[in-house]
Amino acid sequence: MTDGKLSQGSTMLLVGTTKGAFLLTSDASRNDWTLSGPHFPGESVYAVAYDERNGRQRTLAATRSFHWGSTIRLSDDFGKSWTGPERQNIRFPESSGLSLVQVWQILPGTAQDPDVLWAGVEPSCLFESRDAGESWTPVDGLLTHEHRPKWQPGGGGLCLHTIVPHPRDRQRMLIAMSTGGVYRTDDGGQSWRASNQGVRAEFLPDKYPEFGQCVHKVVSHPAKPDRLFLQNHWGLYRSDDWGATWQDVANGVPSDFGFCMQMHPHEPDTVYIVPMQSDQFRCAPDAKLRVYRTRDAGASWEALASGLPQKQAYETVIRDALTADTHEIPGVYFGTRSGKVFGSRDAGDNWTEIADSLPPICCVKAAVVGGGSTQ
Amino acid sequence: MAISIVLPRALYQYSRGSNVVSLAEPCPTVGAALASLAERLPAVTDRVLTEQGELRPHVNVFVGTESVRFLDGLATELPDGATLTIVPAVSGG
Repeated sequence: MTDGKLSQGSTMLLVGTTKGAFLLTSDASRNDWTLSGPHFPGESVYAVAYDERNGRQRTLAATRSFHWGSTIRLSDDFGKSWTGPERQNIRFPESSGLSLVQVWQILPGTAQDPDVLWAGVEPSCLFESRDAGESWTPVDGLLTHEHRPKWQPGGGGLCLHTIVPHPRDRQRMLIAMSTGGVYRTDDGGQSWRASNQGVRAEFLPDKYPEFGQCVHKVVSHPAKPDRLFLQNHWGLYRSDDWGATWQDVANGVPSDFGFCMQMHPHEPDTVYIVPMQSDQFRCAPDAKLRVYRTRDAGASWEALASGLPQKQAYETVIRDALTADTHEIPGVYFGTRSGKVFGSRDAGDNWTEIADSLPPICCVKAAVVGGGSTQ
Repeated sequence: MAISIVLPRALYQYSRGSNVVSLAEPCPTVGAALASLAERLPAVTDRVLTEQGELRPHVNVFVGTESVRFLDGLATELPDGATLTIVPAVSGG
């Protein structure tokens, strides 16, 4: 456990696994890491977040008990103690006919709304909190969407896993689900339209349907909010018009199948991915664990392998297990289903293993104390 | 006679430490007994039932020694003085 305090500039890695959460902490140098946990032993944690808006230093974790259901827990002392809400704080209304399976994403909202957080859940829906994560209500425009009966679960379940609020316009937001694809709202969540033009659905007879794609992750940079990057279930895309249309940017990657995608915190044309060999073999291509980075918005991608295992590395990195911190030269980190955490202190050029033998890793989020909330 | 509901250890934190809850009111079915329990200890039934009022998939409820999954589910009738036991299934993390 931490002692409940971390100094400004400390680096935190929140790691969710199938059997609990772990917290890795380091100073700004990111040379040495201290592991605490497991928090919530035996419960799976598919979503974690850190929120330091409005004077908070709040860590959030979505826990799922195999028996007793799912809830969102809060810590204001860096994991030393956690709330255990009496009533489960994220629930579908009885009238919906739906029951919560688990939470897949927790996202602090924009600076304009400093007490708002968002959660993406299974079965696919978006929840909003207006009290910094204490209570949650579903967004009706998605809950009652006319496409809902046709959304089909992917391998992980029917989950809304990606939330991209527009940084300058609170009426606009984009979400992604598997399956279903990308949806966006321009009216503050009242109505949502599918936004998948150009994104292929390899597993459907119609390869370019209006919706039904299995989108795995979408990222954007606040400096260029209308530009988006998308890792698809087969396909790597960029949009320059806030998701209205998408162009293939799988230029020079060993596979355009993958799950995770991470924006560079300071460079809007720099994006990271970890390709997987195929949907039938979801491991690093040729058993070589490599992160790929574009610095030109997808025109080209370079392999980053220094320090990563290049033999017999049958590793899998799922959709929320790649992250970056916000130091001037950012750290980039990812976790594997085999329980390893790798990190780079130099924006991906060189890597070291910073944890091993954890349970299968579901998500990793990095934060710098005093450096902003997780995105 | 009262209906007794025996809780698993994992739910004591939501039952103010009690391991058995006694219901004096009439409870003709398992569902009715859980509804009465919900009025007293809603945090317990949050963990036992989904938002739709269904038994969570990995929670078992027994009347005597019989699982209600092999009887009539929540519609299973309760005899006077029955003991209802809530047990997590063998599955787990």
